[in-house]
Amino acid sequence: MVISVASGKGGTGKTTVAVSLALSIENSQIIDCDVEEPNVHLFLNPEIKQEIEVTSVVPEVDKEKCNLCGYCSKVCAYNALSVIKLDSSGDVILFPHLCHGCEGCILLCPEKAMKPAHRGIGMIKIGSFDSLEFIEGRLNISEVLAPKVIEKAKAYAKKDKITIVDAPPGTSCPAVAAIKDSDFCILVTEPTPFGLHDLELAYEVTQALKIKSGVIINKSGDDWLIEGFCRKNKIPVFLKIPFHRKIAEAYSKGIPLVKAMPEYKEIFQKIYKEIREII
Amino acid sequence: MKQILIISGKGGTGKTFFTGCLATALNNKVLVDCDVDAANLHLLLHPEIKETHDFTGGKIASIDEAKCIQCGACKEVCKFNAINEIFQSFQIETLKHSRSVIPSLPILCHSERQRRISSSVFQVDELSCEGCTICSYVCPEEAITLNDRISGQYFISETRYGTLIHARLGIAQENSGKLVTKLRELAKETAQEKGCEYVVIDGPPGVGCPVMASMTGVDLVVAVTEPTLSGMHDLMRVIELSKHFNIPVKVVINKHDLNTEMSSQIVKAVESSGIEVCGKIPFSEDILASVKAGKPFLEFTKNSLTKEIEELIGKIT
Ligand code: SF4
Ligand code: SF4
Repeated sequence: MVISVASGKGGTGKTTVAVSLALSIENSQIIDCDVEEPNVHLFLNPEIKQEIEVTSVVPEVDKEKCNLCGYCSKVCAYNALSVIKLDSSGDVILFPHLCHGCEGCILLCPEKAMKPAHRGIGMIKIGSFDSLEFIEGRLNISEVLAPKVIEKAKAYAKKDKITIVDAPPGTSCPAVAAIKDSDFCILVTEPTPFGLHDLELAYEVTQALKIKSGVIINKSGDDWLIEGFCRKNKIPVFLKIPFHRKIAEAYSKGIPLVKAMPEYKEIFQKIYKEIREII
Repeated sequence: MKQILIISGKGGTGKTFFTGCLATALNNKVLVDCDVDAANLHLLLHPEIKETHDFTGGKIASIDEAKCIQCGACKEVCKFNAINEIFQSFQIETLKHSRSVIPSLPILCHSERQRRISSSVFQVDELSCEGCTICSYVCPEEAITLNDRISGQYFISETRYGTLIHARLGIAQENSGKLVTKLRELAKETAQEKGCEYVVIDGPPGVGCPVMASMTGVDLVVAVTEPTLSGMHDLMRVIELSKHFNIPVKVVINKHDLNTEMSSQIVKAVESSGIEVCGKIPFSEDILASVKAGKPFLEFTKNSLTKEIEELIGKIT
């Protein structure tokens, strides 16, 4: 079973929930899919056993075969290739950051002058913390192919474990790549107009992907805004975490919620049970 | 004209709250919300939308079912797994059946590819298609066309604080970098037209492509951070990125008193990379209340904290 934890925006306590849930249930693994800023490791300090590079395919030109016809640059939808022809020589120039690895240029070059090469765009780290398995995807700085790293990280998940996915914030490609294929999605939000707005967006994503969802309200207070929205859309509210200095302080020191306040362990186990009943 | 970008590395650090403060404190500016994934600034500034435009970024493939002969070539070349083959078991059954009745029927059984014929339908998964267009090159029947993908909308609005340029990106759309670039161009034009002194940009979270798009060519990056381990971690990445683009950075630590030890660690780390921490804002119920009320903080209340923030803004601009 795969449960993803998402939020329209960062900083709502998504990682807190994901880490605490993973620590509360047995036979679990956590995948940090927030590849632009993976933070789960800060709370778990896992022992890393394996590091795997994530690569993307880029074309490599065989200068002997290439006749500088320029077709590849026409084919590339992302303007990642530019062919320069001078009188006696020339060059095919690749802008690797723009390349999406579609391999179209390689496939369609009339001279078969291109072959696939690989370029590192990120890293997968695999390890564990006590009995909790840990997988992290990390995108190299200034790279953009986050979905690729996310998909790769997810591919390392063990099928027989309960998988908790810490999704990146937002509603664009990376968030969708992380949430896709989940059995359930927990949406973490805060009871402010900002929080509601972001929750609406995140909920839309789960709707588009046809994934059932439930809400956890963090920094709970006057929750009527959020509760009204949940009632209207028939989304269960699993938990309200009050704003508590102790929680904020533990968070700031990188201590998981269930470690700082063990009474939450049971609560998260109950949430897990509820989720199992829903799906 | 000076372009100031407010950024945070991580969401929820108070970036939009701080942009709201700038919106109130500075005269003569254009505001831009570049957090196109989850724009929030409008919740503070209550814009009146004057112009709405579609944003088309990239392409999306579509298969003409009438022309498609179900050869599967498009699916084979698609590196994004965006073409789904939907088997129609009913037809497979009838095929088997007709073959067993008339074994001599030459239909479609001489090769794997042909066996597939008329037994399935090919469809484009809109969420996965990246618009690379390669499928349209390999389709022998020219059954695939690429259409412009409307990936969002952008708006030009008026607020009490000046013109606001903002947008909404559709679900699962990329190209947010391009949209950010578009918003910034618009903002710059508007600022020049109106002779504005500042362009204030509420940046996207993270350090990815939209952040880079919002960073190029700005005069100053203000990084708002929280005294948490992850906040510090993300802040250092933002600083690294700004250095990469050669843009001066100033750091504001929000809710600094939630963890004074971490705050001083951040100050140390930041200053050792030659960057100034120009302000610390304490945790305040008032700030939370102003956000809940949907008002920029400097307008919501007047107390010693508002004064402090005004002074801080003076240091930045
Ligand atoms: S399409 Fe092939 S032959 Fe033509 S310029 Fe590109 S690499 Fe060279
Ligand atoms: S692999 Fe695709 S995106 Fe990359 S250069 Fe070739 S055509 Fe362009």
